[in-house]
Amino acid sequence: MIDEPIVHGIEWTVKELFVYPNEFIYWSIQIVMYPYMTGLVAGAFVLSSLYHVFGQKDLKEIAQFSLVFSLALLPVAAVPLLLHLQQPTRAMEPLLTPHFTSAIAAFGIVFTTYALIVLSEIWFVYRKYFVEQVAELKEKPGLSNAMKRMVYRVLTIGAYDVSDGAIRVDKKAAKVLAAIGIPVACFLHGYAGFIFGSVKANALWMSPLMPVIFIMSAVVSGIALCMLTYIVIMEWQAFRQRRGGGLEVAGAIKGAEKEVINKAARYLLGFLVAAISLEMLDLIFRGYTAMKSWDILRSVMYGKDFLNIFVLQYTLGNLVPFVLLILPRRTLWRTVLALLLVLFGVFMMRWNVVIGGQAFSLSFSGYMHYEIPIIPHSIETFKEGVFGALTVISLPFIFFWIINKFVPSLRRDTTSI
Amino acid sequence: MTCSRRDFLKDSVGGTLASVLPMSAFTLLSQAEAEAAIAESKVRWAFLVDTTKCVGCGLCVKACKNENEIPYDAAVTRTWVERYVITKDGETHIDSPMGGRDGFIDDKIRDEEIDPEDIDKAFFVPKLCNQCDNPACVQVCPVGATYQTHDGVVLIDRDWCIGCGYCIMACPYGVRFFHPEQKVADKCNFCYHRISKGMQPACVECCSFGARRIANLKDPDDPVTKIIRTERVAVLKDEYGTKPHVFYLGLDAGVR
Repeated sequence: MIDEPIVHGIEWTVKELFVYPNEFIYWSIQIVMYPYMTGLVAGAFVLSSLYHVFGQKDLKEIAQFSLVFSLALLPVAAVPLLLHLQQPTRAMEPLLTPHFTSAIAAFGIVFTTYALIVLSEIWFVYRKYFVEQVAELKEKPGLSNAMKRMVYRVLTIGAYDVSDGAIRVDKKAAKVLAAIGIPVACFLHGYAGFIFGSVKANALWMSPLMPVIFIMSAVVSGIALCMLTYIVIMEWQAFRQRRGGGLEVAGAIKGAEKEVINKAARYLLGFLVAAISLEMLDLIFRGYTAMKSWDILRSVMYGKDFLNIFVLQYTLGNLVPFVLLILPRRTLWRTVLALLLVLFGVFMMRWNVVIGGQAFSLSFSGYMHYEIPIIPHSIETFKEGVFGALTVISLPFIFFWIINKFVPSLRRDTTSI
Repeated sequence: MTCSRRDFLKDSVGGTLASVLPMSAFTLLSQAEAEAAIAESKVRWAFLVDTTKCVGCGLCVKACKNENEIPYDAAVTRTWVERYVITKDGETHIDSPMGGRDGFIDDKIRDEEIDPEDIDKAFFVPKLCNQCDNPACVQVCPVGATYQTHDGVVLIDRDWCIGCGYCIMACPYGVRFFHPEQKVADKCNFCYHRISKGMQPACVECCSFGARRIANLKDPDDPVTKIIRTERVAVLKDEYGTKPHVFYLGLDAGVR
């Protein structure tokens, strides 16, 4: 027999009982990563806006950081989509011939709008710093400094005015952009929820609550990731200071860090409660109305996916970190553990929506299991497997490392606004 | 600002060219062409499946795979036949091995032996794309690569599909899949290349039992249309509001 071409999805789908012949897990790990990464972008931006718009002064440091971090996350939100397309070379078509009755069609537009807002906000926040760098590097010899100066000159886009009046305008512009950015960030992510919530063929996905649930969990995960990365970086800086003998500076760093984390944790708890309440409402409503699909949904939620949904997502990912964060005398390690669990919980929520939504047949008479490819033996099994997901996860940190070279969001002496 | 006559003329010519050149990308339609484009079609394709006549031989699936170049041994198929066995304990046993391509030669359903004495009723149900009037797949396609023709059939542009799979997710009937070779969405189109030339779809052509028939709903004299109009027909999953156009005779309530 000649080599039969491989049916997309057959390598990781295990069918049980009666499933239509064409049904497979078509949307796999990359589609889990897509709302997860978009959620992190939106959440990071909302956290930064708390300072810029609402003037939460004690959040200034983490706000700078999360703004730049959301820029690093932004391109990564589109990567999973690109990786899961069967025709990746046609990825630009939704922008060229958008078919607007489709929820996916507007992705490019919403995404670009949001990217422009983030980029221009960062520019206004760091413009003064860019100008200063251009002046500072002029004095320094060497080719690398000259090259660096060149980059900063490009970054200023020729706007060298750093008078008080000009800085006031910058501040105002950053504030306005942050304010517009909040609804756009929520839209970007709520819209990811809409992509799922509007699929009437899927009994698990179809719910008007889906976009709101997605926004709330997005903010939760975004704040958690920013706090976590912030803690890691601050600890590293304090460690370096201590080693260099700067005990006082190290102490100052630790003090500031604690304050920022306390404040951010309060917001995290608020959004976490909102997210869980909405998910519970959705679950109770489905059980109470018990539509035709409830039999199979119940068997998936309380049976096959019980571990994923109730143990890993709700208990380990929501309840445990909630308790860890709310109990008194919270230590840094406990916070870190809680944040890791929160991030894991939101990931499991995405998993349970995307994979869980395909865990049962459209015939309501059978089940499908997703066996995630671990060791890839083809591009397909790489993209839709563990390593594809790990690639996506590691990208924002690489981007952040590069961006941070020019836009130092972590230095406490930076003259940003 | 000053503007010499020379500049004025130069700008005018440039401006006119700049606005006219892109216009050349459009074609002008003759009156007949324009009327044909907006006129209501005289055809609305529909399908009639008589489940009481289907014996589950699988010839339709074979014919479809060959006619439409769907890899013969791939698990995906544009049309398939399901076997339903409802036992006295109220259980419904369903299967469709290889989409029913090779017929149902084994009495076992997924390795489960069913005693003929326990069976209340058993029957076959052929499935294919419902060419819905309100197709969810067309609604969700982000690039407009899948579209509905004037005569009601939903088609896919293989050169424009990006392979996102949203249409596959949106179809309540599970008729869509990724073509293993083309790497784009694929599904039954009533053999559009045949019916638009006055021929029968491959599955209809080869069905020796008359279980599958195609109809033009807009032609009151079409014999199949007459059956759809006068007999008691049912459709699959009408609760999704997709307005499916594959009609079934003798459809059991237990069919999913």
